[in-house]
Amino acid sequence: MSIAVPPLRALTGGRRIDVSQLIVWTIGISLLAIVGIGSILTLRAGHYSAQQWRDFVVFGIAQGSIYALIALGYTMVYGVLRMINFAHGEVFMSGAMTTFFFADYLNRSGFLKAHPWVSLVAMLLCGGLVSMTVAVLVERIAYRPLRGAPRLVPLITAVGASFFLQYTFRGLFGSGVRAYPTIPVLQGKLWIFQKTQVAVIVGVLITLALLVLFLQRTRAGLAIRAVAEDREAAALMGVDVDRAIVTTFAVGGFMAGIAGVLYALVFVQVQFYMGFLPGIKAFTAAVLGGIGNLPGAALGGLVLGIIESVGPSLFFDGYGIRAAHQLKDVIAFTILVLILIFRPTGILGERLGGEERV
Amino acid sequence: MTSRLVRRAILSGIVGGFAIWHVSLVGLVPAFAGRRLIGETITFSYVLLVAFLALTAFVAARRFPGALARVATGAVAGIVASLMMVLLSVVITHVNLRAIFLNATPELARVLRFGAADGTTGLLQTLAIGLVSGVLATLLASLPTPWPRTLVSAAFTTLLLGLLRDVVGPLLPRTITTFLYGPAGLTVQGAIVVLAVALLLFSARWFLVPQIAPAWARLPEAPRKVGSSAFLLLFLASIPLWAGLFLSNVANFVGFYILMGLGLNLVLGFAGLLDLGYVAFFAVGAYTMAVLTSPELPHGPQLSFWVALPIAIVATIISGVLIGLPVLRMRGDYLAIATLGFGEIVRLLVLSDWLKPYLGGAQGITRIARPEIGDWRIASPQSFFYLVLIACLAGWFLSIALRDSRFGRAWFAIREDEFVAQAMGINRVIGKLSAFAIGASLGGVSGALFASLVSSVVPASFSLLVSINVVALLVLGGMGSLPGVVVGALALVGLPELLREFQEYRLLVYGAILIAMMIFRPAGLLPERVHRRELEEAVEAEREVAPAEIATGRG
Repeated sequence: MSIAVPPLRALTGGRRIDVSQLIVWTIGISLLAIVGIGSILTLRAGHYSAQQWRDFVVFGIAQGSIYALIALGYTMVYGVLRMINFAHGEVFMSGAMTTFFFADYLNRSGFLKAHPWVSLVAMLLCGGLVSMTVAVLVERIAYRPLRGAPRLVPLITAVGASFFLQYTFRGLFGSGVRAYPTIPVLQGKLWIFQKTQVAVIVGVLITLALLVLFLQRTRAGLAIRAVAEDREAAALMGVDVDRAIVTTFAVGGFMAGIAGVLYALVFVQVQFYMGFLPGIKAFTAAVLGGIGNLPGAALGGLVLGIIESVGPSLFFDGYGIRAAHQLKDVIAFTILVLILIFRPTGILGERLGGEERV
Repeated sequence: MTSRLVRRAILSGIVGGFAIWHVSLVGLVPAFAGRRLIGETITFSYVLLVAFLALTAFVAARRFPGALARVATGAVAGIVASLMMVLLSVVITHVNLRAIFLNATPELARVLRFGAADGTTGLLQTLAIGLVSGVLATLLASLPTPWPRTLVSAAFTTLLLGLLRDVVGPLLPRTITTFLYGPAGLTVQGAIVVLAVALLLFSARWFLVPQIAPAWARLPEAPRKVGSSAFLLLFLASIPLWAGLFLSNVANFVGFYILMGLGLNLVLGFAGLLDLGYVAFFAVGAYTMAVLTSPELPHGPQLSFWVALPIAIVATIISGVLIGLPVLRMRGDYLAIATLGFGEIVRLLVLSDWLKPYLGGAQGITRIARPEIGDWRIASPQSFFYLVLIACLAGWFLSIALRDSRFGRAWFAIREDEFVAQAMGINRVIGKLSAFAIGASLGGVSGALFASLVSSVVPASFSLLVSINVVALLVLGGMGSLPGVVVGALALVGLPELLREFQEYRLLVYGAILIAMMIFRPAGLLPERVHRRELEEAVEAEREVAPAEIATGRG
């Protein structure tokens, strides 16, 4: 199958190319060409004003910073366990769904109007704590009994956990869509930006700062970093590995919960299925930045958020495709697949040894 | 020792109680409150609750030596779990939780008290049931070997017959039906008879099989094999004759999933590649059939079923190669997510307005051709069943042939270790692509038949849930095991179709099955021979390494 083509060999520095790789590269390059030509056509046509593009970008940053928060959970778990916590999207959902009832209570009791900032912080904490509990439970029930099993095994339980959680929440709270209460102080605009979006970005920044402090300054953070670096060596140095893993899940879950509440502030609606797409996208973001790499996850989230917000209009509008916004998720999935094919180590590179490369 | 027993019993009871809270609040318990299985009183909800109590007691007592200690532990665990039931019931009765938990209704509270009135009687009754289930479960587990299994199987059969009243009833002669079944579920005397017969059969099986098996094995192999397959085939072929419209439809759907299961089995079971986007092939098969045969589309060629079928198969093989190519170098997690991405891309594209003129958008395509042989138009579910049966048999024999061929051996080698396989001279590219392509073709056949039977395709039929369903049935039956596919499809597709109330909780249960199977029985219910041997070896190897791993904290 591996046909060495002499002229190409010179191009690739002496590496052998097989036909399958050639086909894959052709597909990749033609996709890039489609995107490139589409962008040029769109910009030429000039349907959108600069103002609109700026709004797209700001929305993309807000959305992307939420992806970043979720992506950090994926990346941290991958760091310590070398596995993808497939149920992380559902962890995100659980916080957002449960907090709805708390927010609704705050709203109806009038506390939300009286003390908006306090309630906002309380809501974020509530979401974080619920998601943290769910994440820790998932680890305890679905992953811990399977340490050391073949890779396929925890992956299947992770898929199972994901659906179990989804339909648990559907069963508990119903399948309907719930609308979060509006928070008066977050309505309207701050200079030219939506206040909600600014609040989300600020919230994410604060959470990220706290995470860095936690990982760099506390013993638990040190343990997590040690386990991520080398599990066996960490164990030999007296680090309680199981505990570090639980802490990782807890911290990742907490951030996912906060992300869930922030997501609900932007998109207002929550329902049991809401975790699926953001989960996949955050995973994409984590891989985009380089899985196992914390700044990478944050960067990947931002990049993905912006592409997703700008992309449909920029790439497809020029071709006159109807209802281009429907293809938003197609873009995200395509980026996911392209990244996995062409640069599985991500933008900033995986922080892992070669043997673990998938 | 005693304090350890008590502690473990209480802890297990609390965990079991939480599990009961979960199934209650999620809605499984109230959903089945109306399903009477035996007589007027025994509903499916009660059976479910008692099963949880018994399981709690069993798990709590499992590891203790000594029957007395076990029974005592089981009793305490049962009481603790039932106390938690009472607690939930009281809370629901006195605090209105319905604004949050949909299922926290007074009805649920009543079910949790086993139908008794609120108050001391209800409390005592639930506690007594908890105690009795705990004691009985542990006693049952303490019986000598054939009995626990025989008793549980007999009880399970009885309950299943009660549950499937609407399906089984019409199939039996009228006199038997009126004796066994009441207006809902089994009558009391019917249940006793069924239980007795089932006990007799199961114990007979236990005691007779060791005596008959050698005699059976002494028969020459060829007639034995031919005889049993002919019998099986005759039975399968007779299904449409006695099964009504509804059952035939269920059988067809089970057939579609068996086909998909066989297809994914090549990829996941044989080659060890977790494909979470398998629905893409089902969709490609169905949409090819739809586009080629439906008169609805402006440029549709309106071919006949028999022309469109091979084209659909070729189209899915091509799509299998197209999806296989980019993911060649991926394994494990990345592969799963990438294939999931592909599956979603296919669905989103089909759903989009952009491709609506060609694929029908959200409304889908209707008026898909039915197969015709001469003047006979195969349209009824009963006659369609033969088509599905033939396709399933073809898939089955294809799987066996592949398993025992060069391809199969290459796939197994790739499953075990890709790089070693490559070093041994196996072509990884061809191996993986062939698994994807052939696996895809079976999914495509399934999709094409599905489209033709229901005569319409809509994007909603091709969601991720189909992929998960197929993965779950493979995991339940045992990855790589062909009979496992059939058992998995019957259990995970057939049963839910028969139980209407169950539909909503399907995926909840699938999720639980995926987790539980991986933890307790990773090789599945009917493990494939080679795989089972390997897993046993792996377990043993792990046991040997275990002390070292505990020391390094890797456990």
